[in-house]
Amino acid sequence: MEELLIMSQAALADSVLKKEEVPAPKIQTKDLALYYGNFRALKNVDISIPPQKITALIGPSGCGKSTLLRVFNRMNDLIRGVRISGQVFLDDQDIYHPDTDLIALRKRAGMVFQRPNPFPISVFKNVAYGPSIHGMASGRELESIVERHLRATGLWDDLKDKLHIPALSLSPEQQQRLCISRLLAVEPEVLLMDEPCSALDPIATARIEDLLFELKKDYTIVIVTHNMQQAARVSSSAGFMLLGELVEFGKTGQLFTNPIDPRTHDYITGRFG
Amino acid sequence: MRRHFEEVEEELRNRLLHMGGLVEEMIHWAGQALLERKEESLKKIAKNEEEVNQLHIEIDDRCLKLIALHQPTSADLRFIMACVKINSDLERVADQAVNISENTVVLLAQPQLKRKLLDIPRMVELAGGMLKDSLDAFVRKDVALAQAVVQRDEEEDQLKSEAFHELMQIMQADSSSIQRALGLILIARNLERIADHATNIAEDVIFMVLGKDIRHHAENKVR
Repeated sequence: MEELLIMSQAALADSVLKKEEVPAPKIQTKDLALYYGNFRALKNVDISIPPQKITALIGPSGCGKSTLLRVFNRMNDLIRGVRISGQVFLDDQDIYHPDTDLIALRKRAGMVFQRPNPFPISVFKNVAYGPSIHGMASGRELESIVERHLRATGLWDDLKDKLHIPALSLSPEQQQRLCISRLLAVEPEVLLMDEPCSALDPIATARIEDLLFELKKDYTIVIVTHNMQQAARVSSSAGFMLLGELVEFGKTGQLFTNPIDPRTHDYITGRFG
Repeated sequence: MRRHFEEVEEELRNRLLHMGGLVEEMIHWAGQALLERKEESLKKIAKNEEEVNQLHIEIDDRCLKLIALHQPTSADLRFIMACVKINSDLERVADQAVNISENTVVLLAQPQLKRKLLDIPRMVELAGGMLKDSLDAFVRKDVALAQAVVQRDEEEDQLKSEAFHELMQIMQADSSSIQRALGLILIARNLERIADHATNIAEDVIFMVLGKDIRHHAENKVR
């Protein structure tokens, strides 16, 4: 009997060891709610964003997906009348703790917006701006940072001889790549992307998606998109939001082939939204 | 995202070909056990079958996710459709190889029939060759090779009829041979089914490459 018990314990230990190891989440919210005045825009959101993967947030307009994205680097603080309850962690740091350094937070978790928004200065200065103001580099070192991050987004070969042209003279796709380079230059850990391809044509979109795939090796990416096909193609985890609620969150393959909630099914099959 | 899609597609192709390799081995071992009376070959069949069954599920899941997540169209969609169907045919071929091995176990427990059989060895060779060629046609997108597989199916059917006839004669002449002859009739039927599945695969290859459905009108309406 004792022998049997020992054997079953060994089998149990073995089965525990064989379980897929789940890494600690990069971002985690606990019972998060957000109000614009009296309007509750996010309701009891509990989400765990895995590190070094692409997580997509989908849902109809006004469902709260961009609001949730902006929670992750406290961009909503800039909007008057916003209140938050619950907790949001970036690794172990409670980012809504009163002592949080917002500049340091936004350096760790930077945002790329729907419309490319390079500064109206040169290509070089756009990328060099962040490292300069954060005192991260100067001189030759800055040049090498600019090169490295223009290479990371595939811009270097096209622009290496034109580093001093105005950023606003680039194509929309190049401008969006430049914004991503500018973000990478301050060495963030998380890239928050709010509809980063919606101002781009399908070919430019495909190339940006390939870039995201490269970047996920080094960064945690959260992308908000109206384009369900894009969410399906690029992400490994996905969340469906509706009326401020995170209805369902899980592996993208699961969500798009066998969603648990009937509302997710209705949305991804185009029955509403 | 094209690059990523191509990588996933390539993985799918490789998994399917790995499964094809396992199934080809199973036919080879089943034939070896039957024709050379090598019982040890039968043990290997069961091991491969386990892996084939796992791949059957895995490949369907890969195809399902590729369709759901990438919304393939045109040649990409035809490729995935072909993979789903080839996956199913390969699993059925593996089942037929297992059936052959089960019948062979019974045959090997008894002395060999006195009369030398001509059709069954030829059927083993033809069915195995058709499967190999259908998979080669899939890899190389070779319509001519796939077409040749489709045409060879008739030969296998003919051999099966001849084998049935021959075995009936043996049973009529010697009642002590009935059990063995029946076992061989079942095996001839298994081999004919393998050739049918290889033919299905070849037809799927033609659809994948040309977008033309030639099923149910075998007189080669490829062009």
